[in-house]
Amino acid sequence: MAYECNGVTVETDEEGYITDISLWSRELAIQIAAEEDIEMDDDHWEVVNFLRNYYEEYQIAPAVRVLTKAIKKTLGADKGNSKYLYELFPYGPAKQACKIAGLPKPTGCI
Amino acid sequence: MADYDIPSITAPIDIPALKKGAMEHLSPFAAAPAHQEALGFPGELVDDWQSKAIDKFAELLRRSRALKVYMDSCVKCGACTDKCHYFLGSGDPKNMPVARQDLMRKVYRRNFTWAGKLVPWLVDAEDLTEELLDDWYTYFHQCSQCRRCSVFCPYGIDTAEVSMAAREIMDHIGKGQKYCNEIIGKVHKIGNNLGLPEAALRDTLDGLEEDIEEDTGVQVKLPVNVKGAEILLVTPSADFFAEPHVDGLIGYAKVFHQAGVSWTLSSYASEAANFALFIGSYEQMKLIAERIRKAAEDLGVKRIVFGECGHAWRVAYSFLNTLAGPFDFLDPAYPIPQHICEFTYDLIERGELTLDKSANDHMTLTYHDSCNVARGSRMGSSPGGQFEIPRAIIRACCNNFVDMAADTIREKTFCCGGGGGLLTDDLLEIRTKGAAPRMRALQEVVKDHGVTHMAAICAICKSQFAKVMPAYGFDMDCVVSLHQLVSNAIVLDGQTTSHSEEMSTE
Repeated sequence: MAYECNGVTVETDEEGYITDISLWSRELAIQIAAEEDIEMDDDHWEVVNFLRNYYEEYQIAPAVRVLTKAIKKTLGADKGNSKYLYELFPYGPAKQACKIAGLPKPTGCI
Repeated sequence: MADYDIPSITAPIDIPALKKGAMEHLSPFAAAPAHQEALGFPGELVDDWQSKAIDKFAELLRRSRALKVYMDSCVKCGACTDKCHYFLGSGDPKNMPVARQDLMRKVYRRNFTWAGKLVPWLVDAEDLTEELLDDWYTYFHQCSQCRRCSVFCPYGIDTAEVSMAAREIMDHIGKGQKYCNEIIGKVHKIGNNLGLPEAALRDTLDGLEEDIEEDTGVQVKLPVNVKGAEILLVTPSADFFAEPHVDGLIGYAKVFHQAGVSWTLSSYASEAANFALFIGSYEQMKLIAERIRKAAEDLGVKRIVFGECGHAWRVAYSFLNTLAGPFDFLDPAYPIPQHICEFTYDLIERGELTLDKSANDHMTLTYHDSCNVARGSRMGSSPGGQFEIPRAIIRACCNNFVDMAADTIREKTFCCGGGGGLLTDDLLEIRTKGAAPRMRALQEVVKDHGVTHMAAICAICKSQFAKVMPAYGFDMDCVVSLHQLVSNAIVLDGQTTSHSEEMSTE
């Protein structure tokens, strides 16, 4: 599968994760999200931006606990929990949000 | 949401009507050449794959007398047929353990028995055709190697060994599974299944230390790479990453803190899991096990303790010494290696932990025996310790505990549905269907005894349940880590806050 975005073809793996993370853009994120039946709003962007910043620093997506803590700090205690994240990303914040953020899928016993 | 049937759990799960080919569409993603080659396997299906497969098969038969016995001794009595959770959940006859294994036995008979060579049509012997290889790939990846069927086999055939051998043969002809092989590559490269580098590990652990201090007022450390620590904790990397696993990790840290022992994690061996077991590769299993030995030697620890991970404990308990021993540099006064449950239970027995059971009063617990712990290992010094010790810990930490039906626990436990290298989204359909027998047993105690949560001591079980439970009408946070219960109940010296009002699954 592949996305066409701003005149560039962006390839994905069999699960829909883009294979060249340098080709990510906000427009592409909106397209990937649409494929997942998600309409990106500010709350989604808050998570996606955090994931990308964290990835840039650590070369991996943050643990769920790290993410919820960060969201708690910026958006308040009522949103700093996995339930809120699952509302935003029903297929799981780790996997679905990473896909939209253009990051590799976390692997392992998760 | 799902575009497939979810088995009903409102009534006892009967032997299903046969649905021929019901699961033949579901094969896992193939390993990419890069995943294969990182493990020394061919990148893609080799040209002369048939003869290479038979050569490898012959080698495995030479190497493992047991495999030859398993190939020869099945009498098709049928005792195993209705014991497999994947068969019960899917009705596909090829998910009957006997039929799954016969996909391999057919080829064995054709190539390694006189009758099969001379009169194959009389003994149902077959060449390994492309069609049959596809069946191998499909159905040997619908076996979680849980060995429940083996418990009921009058000949003691270890069906997991058959699935492992089939996957080993397929890897050697270039037909590997993406999920397992990509992950094993990450362990070799980075040290854990997640690919979590040291800096991220430290950041995550720092955050947990903050959380614990905020909750309890006590500075509990989660140290990494501390030379000269007494204990090396080897735990599944999911414990750093996922929920409810991380609550278990917090529990181990509190127990170590309260015991007053020095301990450390290793960024080099930051993984207890050993997925090489699932692909039947002794060589890969050895490489992963040797990381643990190297970390223990480099850090100069005296003891190795394993966190909550089912198959890791089987590999540790049953094979670690063969793979990476002798561990003569460790303190022989303690089990080598030791399970975190043994460690905690010992403290409880000696009365060294203060446990406030009321901290878990908002839950009524049941316990899911993980297959590799139940059927592939032991804990403590008496037979059945692997069943008794986790339950004894729960009873010491909780007022409300109820076991599920006797034919679904202990050595007859049902697999969670995600073990053996199947915990991947591309296999979600069979994972969901295979969870049905466990979900039915849970449903019964929920209804009859008001059970609210199920504890487990395996990272795969926890992730699998969190994922599939909603399909059966349970909340994803119904599954908890066993040491999460310990974490809730334990009263640390100097603790300033009561956590009896806290929710464990926040």
